[in-house]
Amino acid sequence: MLAIIRRDLLIAARRKSEVLTALFFFVIVTSLFPLGIGPEPTLLKKIAPGVLWVAALLATMLGLTRMFAPDHADGTLEQMALAPTPFGLLVAGKVVAHWLVSGLPLVLLAPVLGIQFDLDAGALGILVVALLLGTPLLSLVGAIGAALTLGVRGGGVLLSLLVLPLYVPALIFGAGAVEAHISGLGAGGHLSLLAALLALAVFFAPWATTAALRIALE
Amino acid sequence: MNNKIINWFKFASPQSFYPLAGRMIPWFWALTAIFTVAGLWISFFVAPTDAQQGEGYRIIFIHVPASWMSMFIYLVLAFWAGLGLALNTRLSGMMAQALAPTGALMAFLSLWTGAFWGKPMWGTWWVWDARLTSELILFFLYIGFIALQAAIDDPRRADKAGAILALVGAVNIPIIYFSVKWWNTLHQGSSVNLAKSSMAQTMLWGMLLMALAFWMYAIAVALTRARAIILERERHTEWIKEVVR
Amino acid sequence: MLTATGLSCIRGERRLFSGIGLAVAPGEWLHLQGENGAGKTSLLRILVGLTPAAEGEVRWKGESIGALGEEFRREMVYLGHHAAVKEDLTALENLQISAALDGSDLAERGALAALFRMGLKGREELPVRVLSQGQKRRVLLARLLARKAALWVLDEPFTALDVKAVQMLSGLIGEHVAAGGMAVLTSHQSMPIAGGRVLQL
Repeated sequence: MLAIIRRDLLIAARRKSEVLTALFFFVIVTSLFPLGIGPEPTLLKKIAPGVLWVAALLATMLGLTRMFAPDHADGTLEQMALAPTPFGLLVAGKVVAHWLVSGLPLVLLAPVLGIQFDLDAGALGILVVALLLGTPLLSLVGAIGAALTLGVRGGGVLLSLLVLPLYVPALIFGAGAVEAHISGLGAGGHLSLLAALLALAVFFAPWATTAALRIALE
Repeated sequence: MNNKIINWFKFASPQSFYPLAGRMIPWFWALTAIFTVAGLWISFFVAPTDAQQGEGYRIIFIHVPASWMSMFIYLVLAFWAGLGLALNTRLSGMMAQALAPTGALMAFLSLWTGAFWGKPMWGTWWVWDARLTSELILFFLYIGFIALQAAIDDPRRADKAGAILALVGAVNIPIIYFSVKWWNTLHQGSSVNLAKSSMAQTMLWGMLLMALAFWMYAIAVALTRARAIILERERHTEWIKEVVR
Repeated sequence: MLTATGLSCIRGERRLFSGIGLAVAPGEWLHLQGENGAGKTSLLRILVGLTPAAEGEVRWKGESIGALGEEFRREMVYLGHHAAVKEDLTALENLQISAALDGSDLAERGALAALFRMGLKGREELPVRVLSQGQKRRVLLARLLARKAALWVLDEPFTALDVKAVQMLSGLIGEHVAAGGMAVLTSHQSMPIAGGRVLQL
C-alpha cells in the first residue's frame, strides 16, 4: 500500500502542472464570487462556508477523472489487479494518494481564501477541521464514481452526474459546521456527523471501488 | 434441496420469464385501470373540500403516491441489483434496468406536482423543503443510473456497474435524507408546515387506491420493458427466433 | 499444473469459443494459435482470472483460481499487450515499483541486472517516455527476470521486438520451461522451444 502511495506521489511530482491546475481552479472559483455578488463584507461572510465548500468539491472532481484512467490506459491497473497483494489495499492506497495530492492542498489553502471572505480565526479553524474530515470523504466516494465510469464514453461528465448527488451530505455538514460556528451554535454536532460519515466511507467505499474496477477490467 | 434451487432458477432464466411476464401483463394493466378509476373517483367526487387548502389540495392524490413509488422503486431496484451481483443472474440486471425509467418518472411527477401544489399553498413554485430537496436528489440518482447504463456498451458490464451504483445509492439515500432534513431545520425553522391536520378518512382511501394504481402501473410497465430488453439482448438465441416467428 | 475445462467466452453478443479444455504441466508450454479475433487474448484473461468465464473453470494445482486468489497470483506473471509501464518514471523505478506492488522487495542490483540482460544498459535512468516501443516492451519483460513465478502467461510477447530480442526472449522462455516452469503464450511466430504444444482456437 505504501508502495502505491509512493508511486502516485512520484508521478504527481513529475507532473506538477495537473496538481497546480486544480489548486488554481479552487482559488479562481472562490475569488469570482465576490466579483459576482459584490464586496459587502456581511454578505460575503455569510456565503463564505458554502462557496469554499462548493469550490473544494468541484476542485476534487477535477482530479477524479485522472484517479484510475491513466493506469487503466497503460495497463498498470491490470497488473495491480493480478498482483499478489490484495487489490483492495492497492485501491485504498490510490485513494490516499489522490487525497494527498488533491485534497490536502485544498485544506491548507482554504484558510487563506477564507480571509478574503472576512472569516475570523475561530471560523477558519473550524473550516480547516471540516475540510480535513470532508476531503477524504470526497476522495473515497469519488473513487467509486471514477471506477464506475472507467473506460466509458463521456466518462468525465457522467462522473460528475454520478458523484455530485452523493456529495450532498458532505457539503451540508461541512459548510454547516462553519456556519453553525459563526452563528454561535457550536460546530461539534456537524463535525462529529462528518466524522461518522468518513468512518462509514472508509469501510465501504474501497470495497465498492474494488468491485467496480474488477468489472471495468473484465 | 438441489431440486428446489433448480426450480427457483427456472423462473430466473429469461426464456421462461418471457412468456410468464407476457401472461401477467394484461392482468396488471386491468388492475391499474380499476384502481385508477376508483381512486380518481374518490379523490375528485367523494373526498370533501379541504377547509384550509380548498380544491387545490386534490393534487396530493397524485403527488403523494408518486413520491412513495419513487422511493419504493429505488429500493426494489437496489434489491434486484444486489441479487444480480450475488447470484449473477441475468434477469436481475434486466429488471433493474426496466425499473429505472419508471422510478425516474415517478420522481419527476412528484417534483412537478409538488411545484403545482406549492404555488397556491406557499405562493411559490419551489421551496427548499427537506422532502422536495431529497426528492430532487433521488431524481438525480435515477438519472445517473440510467446514464451509466446507457454509456456502457456491453450489457453484462452495464448491469454490474449499474448494480454497484444502485447499492451505493441505496446506502446513501437515508444519509442524504437526514442531512437535508438537518440542513432544513437549521435554515428554515418551521416556516413551511405541510397541513398535516386531521386527514379525512375518505382522503386516506383515495390516496391508498391511487398508490395501488401507481403500483400496478409500475409493475405492468416494468414487465413490459423487461420483455423488450429480453428480446433485444437475446435476439440471437434460438428460442427468441421461435417466439418472434 | 494449470488445467481448464469447458471454457467458453461471450463477448457482446458473439460467442468467441466454447468447450475449451487445456492442461499445462511443469516443464511444458502451450502455444495458443488462432486468427485475429478468435479469442486468444480473451482466453488468456480468463486463465489469469481477470475475466470470469461464461462457462467452465480454471484450476491451479487442482483448486479453482477464484478460491485461491492471491496464492495463485503469487505464482503467476501475466504480461498483456499493454506496455504496463508509467511513462514518467525511469525504467529502474518502473521495475522496482512493480515489484513493490507485487509485495516483494527488489534491490537495485537485481533490478539493474534484469534490465541489463534485457539490453537496456545505459537507459535505466531515462524516463520511459523517451524510450522506443521495443525498449518499453523490454522494460516490461524484465519483470520475468525480476520476479520468480512458476507460470508465465504472455500475450504476444514478441510484438515490437527486434530479431536479437526475439531470440533472447525465446531463450529465456526455454530456460524457464527447462527448469520446470510453465508458460502459456500467444504468438503468430513459430518458436523452437522444447516441450511445446499447440492449441488452435
